[in-house]
Amino acid sequence: MSTMAIEVSGLTKQYDNVAAVKGADFKVPRGTICGFVGPNGAGKTTTIRMLLGLIAPTAGSGSVLGFPINEPEKYLASVGAMIEGPAFYPALSGAENLRVLATLGGFPASRVEELIDRVGLTGRGEDKYKTYSLGMKQRLGIAAALLPNPELLILDEPTNGLDPEGIQEMRDLMKKLASEGTTVFVSSHLLSEIEIISQHIVMLRKGEVVFAGPIEELLMNQKPMIIVKTDSADDLVKIAEIARADGHSATIRGGEAHVEGPHEWAAILNRRAFEAGIVLSQLTPTLPNLEETFFEMTGGR
Amino acid sequence: MFKVFFAEWRKLRRPTLLIGTFVAALFFNGLITSFVYLMIDSPQGNSDRGRTVGREVLGLASGSTNGFASIGGLLGIIILCVFAAQTAQEYTYGTLRNLLVRQPRRLTLLMGKYAAMKSFALIFAIVNLVVSIAISYYLSDRARVSTDLWFSADGWSSIAHTFINVYISIVFYAVIGIALGILLKSPISSISIALVWLLILENLIGAVKPVTLEWTPGNQLATIAMGGSEEISYSHALTLGTSYVFLALLVSSFIFAKRDVAN
Repeated sequence: MSTMAIEVSGLTKQYDNVAAVKGADFKVPRGTICGFVGPNGAGKTTTIRMLLGLIAPTAGSGSVLGFPINEPEKYLASVGAMIEGPAFYPALSGAENLRVLATLGGFPASRVEELIDRVGLTGRGEDKYKTYSLGMKQRLGIAAALLPNPELLILDEPTNGLDPEGIQEMRDLMKKLASEGTTVFVSSHLLSEIEIISQHIVMLRKGEVVFAGPIEELLMNQKPMIIVKTDSADDLVKIAEIARADGHSATIRGGEAHVEGPHEWAAILNRRAFEAGIVLSQLTPTLPNLEETFFEMTGGR
Repeated sequence: MFKVFFAEWRKLRRPTLLIGTFVAALFFNGLITSFVYLMIDSPQGNSDRGRTVGREVLGLASGSTNGFASIGGLLGIIILCVFAAQTAQEYTYGTLRNLLVRQPRRLTLLMGKYAAMKSFALIFAIVNLVVSIAISYYLSDRARVSTDLWFSADGWSSIAHTFINVYISIVFYAVIGIALGILLKSPISSISIALVWLLILENLIGAVKPVTLEWTPGNQLATIAMGGSEEISYSHALTLGTSYVFLALLVSSFIFAKRDVAN
């Protein structure tokens, strides 16, 4: 049995002149929670669709649970997925929607009731799907993904529409599944969520993998930062100039100057700012979090 | 394929779809079958395109199913709309991706859908046959039509033949509906294109150049339901209709199996 739940090499999807995914290489070890992040249009959903056999790669290869991705019938019985949000028949009840998929997949009908309860839809299962709130639809989508008791769970933006309690439940559910041996491959825009729950991360930008590996490795490799706030925007520009003059890279975003440099240099920066007549309202030495790293690597914000 | 069949039936049996489809069909069935008997003496005729079906024809062994055969084409169009919508909605709702994750063998999924469609069409045809014969029988007395031969051995044979013809026609319409749903991925486009072609364009072209009616698909399928007509033989309609349906089946199956599911 392969130790990797997902393994892709040179995976490419070309649409006319646009490459949605360009030569992606990454591995996802079994039993981990792996975050899949990237800006909109980076190719996350296209990659997920290729893993599920919904679209054919233009080039490259891949395997899921040890089986090649061009033979999805060999592995999909052990895979649960929610792609691009929940999609169900509006005129059927939530439970009946699950029964359609349970019948199709050959899963026992009792599993439907069990999952309705598990995702917090108790008492609403027989209501029509079209009457559900966004959060309830999302929960039903999770239930559908859990139908096969999956070895690999692929979730695309699972916390969309969920309230804070729902997000916490989702986080707990993913952790519990991972502790039971399920591999969770989750794409999300909530990078703080990904940072909390993931052990691994795959980061995409414009169809290319910019990082794939353990999340600690990603964050450890990042340079320490000093975040500076001033009373005026002009002073921020001056701070950036001071930093650059001393050989430190600096960017201004979100009303803050982000200066790359060791934490000890914060005192020097403070003194230089004082000498230049700039009053600092904040000076915070920090290690970049996932969000910072994400923007750094994907050139976003 | 059985799993797909039963999964499809969970969708087909929903009350809104069942009631809507059967009420629409039974309404037109009742209207047209009644028309044959209630307008039997009308100078404007009592059948399609102003034709008259007299008492002597209705009194034959095949008389009981005259109304049912006349409504066959319309029943087919109703079924076409239902299955075009059912198929295209899988794309618009995004539910096809869920189905393909649970059944990645695309042709198996499609064959299961066809099997469910055929069983739905069978029930649909049986109900309409029974209702049409019941209405005919009820109105025969009032229209002074003899029913002596209707339930003779020849009568039952005629019922069976007409039923098979209408059933083939309905299934052919449904295959074309599914093919349109797959090709166009939109319920509105699939249904409107089918209706505009079958109800308007085909008749307009036929009115301008009557010879085209020997080749147009809708006319072949309606002729199959009627067991042949004065203008087109049954064997011609069946051969040509089967060719059209086979082509639709081939193209749509290929596209369904190979096309990326990106929505």
